[in-house]
Amino acid sequence: MADLKMKGNHVLEVEDLHTSFATDRGRVDAVNGITFAIDKGGTLGIVGESGSGKSVASLSILQLLEGTTAHIRKGQIRFMGQDLLTLSRAQMRKIRGNRIAMIFQEPMTSLNPTMTIGSQIAEPIIFHQGKNRRQAWNAAVEMLELVGMPEPRKRARQYPFELSGGMRQRVMIAIALACGPDVLICDEPTTALDVTIQAQILTLVKRLQREMGTSIIMITHDLGVIAETCDFVAVMYCGKIVEYTRAFNLFTDPKHPYSKGLLESIPSHEEDSDENLKTIEGTVPSPYELPPGCAFAPRCPYAKEICHETMPELDGEPEQKVRCHIYQTTSTESPTEGGTVASYIQISDMWKGEELW
Amino acid sequence: MVGGKTLLEVKNLKQYFPIRGGILGRTINHVKAVDDISFEVHQGETVSIVGESGCGKSTAGRSILRLEKPNNGNIIFDGVDLAKLQERAMRKKRGDIQIIFQDPYASLNPRRTVYQTIKEAMDIQNVGSKADRRRDIIKILETVGLGEHQMNHYPHQFSGGQRQRIGIARALSVRPKLIICDEAVSALDVSIQAQVLNLLKKLQKEYQLTYVFISHDLGVVRHISDRIIVMYLGKIMEIADKKALFNHPGHPYTYALLSSIPSTNMLEKKERIILHGDVPSPINPPKGCPFHTRCPFAIERCMYDLPPLHEVSEGQQVACHLAEEGIVDFVSLSREQEFSLTENQE
Repeated sequence: MADLKMKGNHVLEVEDLHTSFATDRGRVDAVNGITFAIDKGGTLGIVGESGSGKSVASLSILQLLEGTTAHIRKGQIRFMGQDLLTLSRAQMRKIRGNRIAMIFQEPMTSLNPTMTIGSQIAEPIIFHQGKNRRQAWNAAVEMLELVGMPEPRKRARQYPFELSGGMRQRVMIAIALACGPDVLICDEPTTALDVTIQAQILTLVKRLQREMGTSIIMITHDLGVIAETCDFVAVMYCGKIVEYTRAFNLFTDPKHPYSKGLLESIPSHEEDSDENLKTIEGTVPSPYELPPGCAFAPRCPYAKEICHETMPELDGEPEQKVRCHIYQTTSTESPTEGGTVASYIQISDMWKGEELW
Repeated sequence: MVGGKTLLEVKNLKQYFPIRGGILGRTINHVKAVDDISFEVHQGETVSIVGESGCGKSTAGRSILRLEKPNNGNIIFDGVDLAKLQERAMRKKRGDIQIIFQDPYASLNPRRTVYQTIKEAMDIQNVGSKADRRRDIIKILETVGLGEHQMNHYPHQFSGGQRQRIGIARALSVRPKLIICDEAVSALDVSIQAQVLNLLKKLQKEYQLTYVFISHDLGVVRHISDRIIVMYLGKIMEIADKKALFNHPGHPYTYALLSSIPSTNMLEKKERIILHGDVPSPINPPKGCPFHTRCPFAIERCMYDLPPLHEVSEGQQVACHLAEEGIVDFVSLSREQEFSLTENQE
């Protein structure tokens, strides 16, 4: 696929992606108009709680939702300038596992229990690179060595059940990187692992990214993992991106009330917390009954009248965007909840760098 | 330290699970899930047990409640040794000790309403008068942030956070003295986790509860605990007050565990130890200190000599030969030994 070209420095661009599920109770818009791009060698984090649509977004990119009731209704997914949604199944198969690869959360259920790990790593090499079995096997052993597997020759002949969770995740990474993909999607890659093993795997992924120049999409609910690995972050809530910014900015100066609330509700292992943790009141709304305005408005301490009526746009600078009426300074609505007019002015001032809470 | 009176004393607790094999199904070996641990829990405090999967923290919790019959040791609760009680007497005692499980989806009977679930617990333990039961249940539900209108709902009608509140209500309904929280907030999203943690703290104050809090999340543990027990391969590596443990961890494993957690602090990057390899099998744990195979500071003695827990500072006990003469500064020790604690090390 040498005809594929990068636009600017963007390897992958997702534009206005909508993915919906047909259910007995009607349509659920799991991903509802998300737009992001990822640079060569860069890492974009997608963070959100259960049901925010982060995993569906990644499965949509690889079109792995076939056979479910999901349907990509709208949008473009441009890889090296080419819209993946216009490709045939056969063309898509040449991209999947080759140019764009994925690591899943649960290494036990995503590996084939009846195949040796060597053959599982060799499989994409044979399929995509047309190598013969012996060459592919040798390449597989090299991959195992690359991901830090002790005794790679011996291990290649073992089955997944013979390995620990951390070792299995190393095998997943070896399979994903076997063809030297341009983009690696990591969907909760360390969620099932213990912290000491998580630290090993994250360090490994970062090292391999440096060596191979891979772009990474890191999907996780763990803000610590985002802080350790990502350049940019998209915070998702109810199928939409509510904040898109540099990771540094998110952790030092979050803008969206949801991002702020999320960060404050994590108990830190590095400092003593107050008697009571700050919480985000209420729960995520049901996808069948999304509020008419901003989906976060019912839980937002700053919600104004307009927040309950219209969904704000994702607005701001190219490297820092937020979907919140508070920051849309052109708005003439006066606040009805969450403070007086004076505090509202203060809040809009914050857009220029002041503290929100 | 909170409280003072010892409510629970665990002495030399051992919990082995047999592995059967061969044609005759004979016991060929044991998984030493909990291997000779001792600790105390005082009235009104929260003691956390932390460690990685397979370290025995959940088994320890289940043994206290006698959900597993311990192979050896004493579990002295309120002056009575639970390890020696008959099953019938133990059932009565469970009115004083309750447990909240990790998975709020799996630990509630899907065919029972909230009312039935809580009523069953109260009937078995014979709490309060039957006539007041309905009123009592409404009161408990309100205490945990649910309402009377939800009393006749089934578990599937609730969110994960709400189900965990039902689990808490059920535990609370029999007026226990001690609640074992086994990864009670691990399955919840952070914003909901914070709500449930706040609720647990509030209830502790209101009802003078004592918690044994089992968790792998050190952030949660730092927030909720007074004292912390660190376990590795069925043994206790360190017991310390919260402040001591987080400010100057005494065991290399505690230090490694703390430094492995991804940090959201972008302004300050700490030096860290990334441990090599995996946790060894609890069927055949290493001789000597169980941690020596992964310990970057291990000396020869660690390979054959199991270090006992000893006090290194006030309220801090450590099982490590290096800490024999007090707390070790792991950062400078690693510099002396010239291995780098950088992030790039793998």
